[in-house]
Amino acid sequence: MAQAARMFGPLATRAAPLVWFIVIILMTFLGLLAITFVIGRVVPIDPVLAVVGDRAPRATYEAARLAMGLDDPLVVQFFRYVGDVVQGNLGRSVSTGRPVAEDLARVFPATLEMATLGIIIGVTIGVPMGVIAAARQGSWIDQIIRVLALAGYAIPAFWLGLVGLVIFYAHFRLVGGPGRINIFMDGMVPVRTGLLLVDSLIAGDMRAFRSAFSHIILPGTILGFFSLAYIARMTRSFMLEQLGQEYITTARVKGAPERVIIWRHAFRPIRVQLITVIGLSYAGLLEGSVMIETVFSWPGIGNYLTTALLNADMNAVLGATLVIGAVFITINKGSDLLYRLLDPRARA
Amino acid sequence: MSLLHVENLRVRFPTDHGEVEVVKGLTFDLGRERLGIVGESGSGKSMTGRALMGLIAPPGRVTADRLEFDGIDLRNLPESGLRRLRGARMSMVMQDPKFSLNPVIRIGEQIGEALQFHRSMNARARKQAVLEVLEAVRINEPERVYRLFPHEVSGGMGQRVMIAMMVVLQPDLMIADEPTSALDVSVRATVLEILDDLVRRRGMGLILISHDLDMVARWCDRILVMYAGRVVEECAAEKLHEATHPYTRGLLASVPQLNETRRRLPVLDRAAIGAGT
Ligand SMILES: Nc1ncnc2c1ncn2[C@@H]1O[C@H](COP(=O)(O)OP(=O)(O)O)[C@@H](O)[C@H]1O
Ligand SMILES: [Mg+2]
Repeated sequence: MAQAARMFGPLATRAAPLVWFIVIILMTFLGLLAITFVIGRVVPIDPVLAVVGDRAPRATYEAARLAMGLDDPLVVQFFRYVGDVVQGNLGRSVSTGRPVAEDLARVFPATLEMATLGIIIGVTIGVPMGVIAAARQGSWIDQIIRVLALAGYAIPAFWLGLVGLVIFYAHFRLVGGPGRINIFMDGMVPVRTGLLLVDSLIAGDMRAFRSAFSHIILPGTILGFFSLAYIARMTRSFMLEQLGQEYITTARVKGAPERVIIWRHAFRPIRVQLITVIGLSYAGLLEGSVMIETVFSWPGIGNYLTTALLNADMNAVLGATLVIGAVFITINKGSDLLYRLLDPRARA
Repeated sequence: MSLLHVENLRVRFPTDHGEVEVVKGLTFDLGRERLGIVGESGSGKSMTGRALMGLIAPPGRVTADRLEFDGIDLRNLPESGLRRLRGARMSMVMQDPKFSLNPVIRIGEQIGEALQFHRSMNARARKQAVLEVLEAVRINEPERVYRLFPHEVSGGMGQRVMIAMMVVLQPDLMIADEPTSALDVSVRATVLEILDDLVRRRGMGLILISHDLDMVARWCDRILVMYAGRVVEECAAEKLHEATHPYTRGLLASVPQLNETRRRLPVLDRAAIGAGT
């Protein structure tokens, strides 16, 4: 016994946090399912009517109700629901007539693609901008960040979208208009990942790639702008806090060049905080910016969810909610994990 | 030849109620000796140390009639010139290793940095030099400590790491600003001993800043007593008990002795000090 404990002890203690981490993720997902399940029960929309239509005779209605298991105890219903979800069965959408899972597999990549472009812009421009603004407080780049941060709050997304379309699409013809791709190429690219830029590259179809790119660049940049404004502002304030620390003085005392002070001594400690901020921003974009998706007729999850809500399409609403919840959990736990890997103080 | 010439050093900061002068015309010379600067909190000791290192950032302003380090005029030295001196020829140990060591960089790398900035040597030689200096500050397992992060060592060990970092390039001048105030009483003597040993063996000049009169008297050759930004007394350490200035007398009187019984310790008579300056 004691020997076994000695042998497996170190392994167990090293594996324990990981096991615990996985358990927590599973519990969180279960919690998410419980929420969508409860929402599905309490909304005043009759799922049976959604299936049989509101002119069905009483007997048909009752039979359907029984067949759907709606008379079973709630616990049984819940676990049946969990089982369904695990198997990818999210029910049928009344507005599209297709399985919700199929719909989501189509609309989510559209949002994912745009959000990813947005976050890439937000991080690659926002982080260096914030760092430079903090290093040169009061300089022109610092002023620009202030204006951008304010604009990020004050300017509505749909307005930027409309103005962008008027200028760059209608007037200069620099970008593609609404939609994901030129209407003549719609559906021509074989679906692999659902991300048009990637799929068109896989297919070697450069014309489709260029068209997809010209369509995504404007909405993606607008999302990137909001992300950038937020990330730059947070980076700036994290950096300012760092630059006031005593260990920055220590680095100066050692004769460290300014570049080293900023990127090694001040930036390294804020990486973990930035991961959280970037994760939040990305999750926000992945939720599907309803305004941008509407203005650009982007067939993403924001659009899908809005349409479903307006049509009281419960299965679709719950399915989309599940996806958004899952995105949040994944990003949240993912940044948690990175945090632990990157911060020596959290590694313990 | 003396290491440091300071004449009429002034440090000023703009505030809402006009400019305040926190160091008001300091004058002193330093050779390869141990100079103590003592005074109550807020008397301008740290600002003096930082001004010598060129670390007062705008809007703070430093002026002096003379400010020379080993014949180099520090007053109009560009930042690049200061950078070459800092770490290599003059360095500073700060108060609390909890704040003065970077929390996310391994100890070995933090010490090695000083070498990286000033010497061109390969990684292996650098590591060797770091291990040696860790040993010089009496760290028993340098290999292990090399890989640790600052939060993984005690305060006393942290301060020894800080000292190692500041002596690795064998500077000529070392400023130690309250190097033991944040440490457990039990390790203070050891840390000072290590510092003193290195300073003497390597022939550095030391400026030991403290609010503790006893400590400064014990570890220094000469003492400056500061009050409200001015030097009010300058004397050899062993002559401290002959000090005449009312502030110094006041400080001395408030140090309790082991072999006496007193109902309460005397309090500084600030009116008398004001009259004396
Ligand atoms: N940035 C600043 N602006 C205005 N006053 C300052 C600033 N930094 C320090 N001071 C003042 O300078 C005085 C001397 O500070 P310091 O040298 O740190 O004292 P100490 O002798 O305790 O080390 C203090 O009264 C402090 O309030
Ligand atoms: Mg001080």
